[in-house]
This record gives sequence, C-alpha cells and structure tokens, in this order.
Amino acid sequence: MPKVKNILTGAHFLNGDVACAEAALVAGCRFFAGYPITPATEIAETLSMRMPELGGIYIQMEDEIASLAAVIGASYSGLKAMTATSGPGFSLMQENIGLAVMTEAPCVIVDVMRAGPSTGQPTMPGQQDVMQAKWGSHGDYGIIALTPSSVQEMFDLTVEAFNLSETYRVPALLMADEIVGHMWEKVVIPPMDKVRIVNRKKPNVSPEEYKPFLPDDDLVPPMACFGEGYHFHATGLTHNESGYPRTSSSEDQTRLVNRLCEKIQKNADKIVRVEEVMLDDADVAVVAYGIVARAALSAIKKAREKGIKAGLLRLITLWPFPEEHVAKVAQHVRAIAVPEMNCGQLVREVERAARETPVTFLSKLGEEPHTPTEILDAIRRAA
Amino acid sequence: MVQEMAHPFSKYLRAEMMPHIWCTGCGNGVVLNCFAHALDELQLDLDKLVVVSGIGCIGRTAGYINADSFHTTHGRALAFATGVKLANPELEVMVISGDGDLFAIGGNHFIHAARRNIGIKVLCVNNLNYGMTGGQQGPTTPLGSITTTSPYGNIEHPFNLVHLAAASGATYVARWTTLHVRRLTQSIKRMLQKKGFCFIEVLSPCPEIYGRYNKMRSGLEMMGWFRKASVIDSFSDPSKAEITPERIAVGEFVDVEKLSYERMLHEKISKINEEAMEKVS
Amino acid sequence: MPERIRHAALDKETIKQVKTEIHLIKDECKGCGYCIEYCPRKVLEESDEINARGVHPPKVVDESKCMNCGFCTAVCPDFAIFVIEKPNEKDVKHAKS
Repeated sequence: MPKVKNILTGAHFLNGDVACAEAALVAGCRFFAGYPITPATEIAETLSMRMPELGGIYIQMEDEIASLAAVIGASYSGLKAMTATSGPGFSLMQENIGLAVMTEAPCVIVDVMRAGPSTGQPTMPGQQDVMQAKWGSHGDYGIIALTPSSVQEMFDLTVEAFNLSETYRVPALLMADEIVGHMWEKVVIPPMDKVRIVNRKKPNVSPEEYKPFLPDDDLVPPMACFGEGYHFHATGLTHNESGYPRTSSSEDQTRLVNRLCEKIQKNADKIVRVEEVMLDDADVAVVAYGIVARAALSAIKKAREKGIKAGLLRLITLWPFPEEHVAKVAQHVRAIAVPEMNCGQLVREVERAARETPVTFLSKLGEEPHTPTEILDAIRRAA
Repeated sequence: MVQEMAHPFSKYLRAEMMPHIWCTGCGNGVVLNCFAHALDELQLDLDKLVVVSGIGCIGRTAGYINADSFHTTHGRALAFATGVKLANPELEVMVISGDGDLFAIGGNHFIHAARRNIGIKVLCVNNLNYGMTGGQQGPTTPLGSITTTSPYGNIEHPFNLVHLAAASGATYVARWTTLHVRRLTQSIKRMLQKKGFCFIEVLSPCPEIYGRYNKMRSGLEMMGWFRKASVIDSFSDPSKAEITPERIAVGEFVDVEKLSYERMLHEKISKINEEAMEKVS
Repeated sequence: MPERIRHAALDKETIKQVKTEIHLIKDECKGCGYCIEYCPRKVLEESDEINARGVHPPKVVDESKCMNCGFCTAVCPDFAIFVIEKPNEKDVKHAKS
C-alpha cells in the first residue's frame, strides 16, 4: 500500500473489498458501522484504519442489526454512512432496511455475496441474495441495487451507490459476489475534483413550515438532520407528511407506500445502467451480471468467432430491474440465456420482461463461476 | 380557578400530537411530565436534544416531545442512538423506551452500549409487561404474575435492571417509581448533566392490563403498592435491589465518572487525522 | 398539641402565605385520581360532572388551602392540572401552625 494520504488518487493494485472501502471515503462517507463476516471483513478492517485518517468514524457494533441501526442514526445526524456484510448479516439487516426505506434514510449497504443458504460456504462465491435485495424486507418498497463485475467497478459503483442513495433518500445496496470482493485488479482512483458527488437535498423553508416527508416533484422530500433546529419526528410507523404516526388511515398508507415504490420506479430511467456488447445484430443474447458477466463476455466473443451472432446485456443495476432494456433486446433476438450462480433468481425477472422470447437458465453453484465454454454451449443450443 | 391558560409545559410537547394515547392512570404520562419538568428546570437547548424511542406504549413518547425525535424498530433504539451520538457528539441523545424493548429484544444492544459507555441517557419505563400488544409477559414481569402469555403464572425470574445496568458499566444508575415525581425529575436532571452512559429505571403503573390481571385494577392501587413497598436505599448493592411485592429499592445506585466512548473516539480521530494530514502536506 | 411545642415560627415575620391559582384543563383529565389522592392538603376531590372523556375531573374544595407544593402538577399524567402562584400577591402573613 502506498504511504497514507487523504484520498489515494492514482493507480493501485487492490482487492475488491479494499477498493470499495476507498471508494466510500472518496464519496464522502464518514461513518462506518459493521460486524466481521467473511468475505466482507476487509472492508471493515480497511475502514477501521482509514476512517480516522480522514476524520471519520468507525465502530464495530455487536451485530449486523445494530450496525445498520447505527448507520441509519448517523445518516439522520447528517453523515454519509455505510455498512458491509454478507448473506447471514444481510438477512439480519432486513428489518432495518425496512426502517431505512420507511424513514427515507440515505445509506449504503454492501453485501459481498457468499454461498448460502444459512452459514453456507463463507469463502465461496454466490449470487444467491439478488432477489432478497428487492424483496428481503416485509412490505412494499422500492430499493436500488448495483452489482460490480470488476474491482474498478467495485470502486465506481460504491461512489454511485452513495450518490443514488443521497439523491433518492433510499438505501442503496452494492451486491458484489465473493470473487469480485476478493480478487485483485488495477483500480484507478481519480482526483477528487473529477469525482461526481451528490448530497441530499436540504430544506429551504423555516422549521415551522418544514414537513419532513413532504416530497418535491421528484417524489423525494428534502432532508433536515438532527441538531439543525427543525424538531421533526420520523418513525417506522406509517406516517403523514409531517412525520407523525397515522396507523389508522388508509389514505396515508396508500399515499406513503405508493410513493416509496414510485420514488424508485418512476425515476428508473435515471437510475438504471446496463452495458450492451454486440447486441445490435445479435440473434442470441446473454443476460448476466457480476463475475459471471466476465465469462459471458468471453463466451459471446468465442461465439462470434464461430459465426453465431451473440451479444451480452450486462446488468449493472439489479434493482430497479432493467426491464425496458431486457424487453428491447428480447424483441430482436431468438433466445436469451441467463447464467447465474444460484438456482434461478434474476432469470425470473428476465423471463417476465422478455415475454414470448424463450429464456434458458444456467445454474452454477460452487467455487467457480460458469466457464466461457459452458456459456458458449448454452448459446450454441439456443442459436 | 381560571381555565384559559395553557399548561406551562406545552412548549415541550407537540400540540398536533396531543392528547397522548395512554390509558387512565398510565405512568407514561407521569414520566413525560417529569421529563418536561427536567427540561424546563435545566433550560436545555431543545435544538440539541434528540429523543429516540423503541416500540411500545412508552415508545410513543418520541412523537410527543417537541424536539428532533425518531421512533425506531423494536429493540434497536440504543444502536440507532449510538450512530446519532457518534456522528454528532454535541447532541444530547435520550433513549426513552420500555422494559421489553430495551431488555428482551434490545438486551444485547443495551449491554454493549453500557459497556462502551457511550454518552446516551436511557430512561427505561418499566411497566412489568408488554403493554402495547395487550399484556404479555416480559423480562421484568414478576414471578407468579398473570399475563396473557403466562396465564398460569409467570415462572421466569425477572431481571434486576439496576444490577444489569451497573454490571454492564453504566456510570449513572437509578431507579424510581412514578410516585417519586420530584426525585425522578432531579435524577433526569442529574443524568442530563453527566457524561457517559446513564440509566434510570422508572416503575410505572399499567392499570388497564398488568394491573387488571394482577389485582391492582386502578393506577391508584399500583401507586399504592409503590408507596407501601418503596424504600429509598441509595448506593446500596444493586445486586440486592430486586423488586418484590414487599420491597422496591429505589434511589441512585451508581454515580461514577468514566471516560466516555465518544470522547475517546473523537480524541483518537483528531490525533490520527492530524498526523495523516501532516503526511499529505 | 402540647403547650411547650406550640410556639411561633422564628421567621413568621418574613414568611409569606402563598396564594395560588389552580388551573384545571377539565377535558384533558382521564380521571386517574392521582392529584386528588396525593394532595397533602386535600384541596381536591372528585367532582360530579362528566367531562368530554366521560370521567369525573377533580374539583377544588378550598383553593386557599393550597400551598403550591406542585405535586398535582408534577404527577398528572395528562397535563390536565397545574398550579401557579397568584401573580402580584406579595402579602406577608403569619404562617399557620
């Protein structure tokens, strides 16, 4: 590691977890609360050392539930806050993800996915939490989830996650797999003035007029923080625009819950990102994400060499699901192949968006992602 | 008798949220009154006060106090408050919650917050059951009590909360009942002027539910129990301060000074940050 | 009381008998009875009227007996009663024994 500086602008050789930690600092995160869990522990360890160097706070809480609760608290006190965990911890955090959604607290949660269910295989990769990212907490809500395919993306998407969570006052999840989290690659950290940083909207009315959950036209309410003199109330109970509990009102429930969903859904075009490779004239498309997309990229190139017009739709945003992108691709290809390191999760969303176009699912569990040959075989069968 | 004047503590209460939802004789209202009284005597800067509550009848308190407030998920008030306090140590962070929220589901967070000695002030209103959900047994329900989930009598030994708080490392531990209104107010004031993790347990009547099931049908009868059984035994051994039908030991049990977590944290951060910045320049 | 104990207070020239105003916000009262029960001078008792909550709020029996101890103000769970010193009353009177 180079000698300690403020932001480590320059080119580095880092592992995914460390890149994520450095990205958080670049994004302005100054509060981390976490709990050790393989394979995300390095994020906590890196930040325990680096946070104080930048004047930020690191605390190891007693469990993941407390970690996310503390992150939400710090967010409400005005700091950009993050936690990092893996499957078992992610399950524990679900109730408080609901709290963050309901109280519209900007925060970033990194899930370095490992093999599940339950304790599973702590040091092995998986993509088994991707549905849980959207549906894990009870109730209806919208959420943002991003997934990196490289260590550079671990960096870039962490910064993006902070920006999105601040823009939409919603928890932003970074769903990395253990391979991307633990592999070492070149990362370029730009100078601070070249990084786009977004901060939460602040109120421009007096404390007497302020209503903490009255949205602007973009469906996002400006956010006051503790200690600024606004004397506001926030609760996990269904509430009105003033933040007060409204546990008997069907109108308030309808209005609030619909807005929490639409806040993300209606802004999906500004949130969703994908990468399209050789899709314009493709007959067969592979829809993949995370580490699997790297093998898929190799596979479609090999397929092209063999004369098959294959293309790749790499999902960068998992939620809101890029349905329009998938639907558009589905319209002009004969078949879609979806390789995932699980027993069939995001493929269901692809099937839904692809409608009539046949979708083949390739499952792979275990320590290795799909090989390019395995994906190539699927492309061949589909073509 | 004049009727037009507003209550002197109205400014500490959110007018749109009053009157509160609590039952006749519920001690929560008394605790809220004592808290407002303490704020008034201290003339605390309300802009710097953050009230965090958990789930339960007493959890509604956060909605009633006219300051920044947050009503968290069940049991997680202390973890949330930890984030608030560390992110901005200038804030005065009060956690006002109930016996079940703080010591059953929240038990783990309580002992760690106390152990760390984070400067959070905890007011635990102990009504001996889970009132909001209809009167189930909780970790402080006395042995033999009838509740909706212990219809044959509770066979779980209850916590001795002052012992637990003292053993976990709190720097201020007190117990009062809602009868001891003046002493409770003074305790709250003492707590708000101290550094470090502070804890006050307040025994409170739940006449509609706990009282009704346990032969103390009105608030007056439960307060009568407090009056008969309370004995002020300050600085006695917290481990001997169990609550029994015959004896409720009240008073201040612990009042010490210990370096708070946020002070250590921020001193360390300043030092490390300075050194790191020197290296940059 | 035995003769030898009944003597005049040493500060009887300076002590003032407080005159108070008892404010009842009747419709806030939930009828718990704490103020009535715990008033040391028994200034309050349950009235016969029914308030908006369907309970009997307290009524003042004799306001002059109130000595502004403030217990009712402190113990009321519903912020329905408070006592303040009557403004501008600074008469100096002998303390009653």
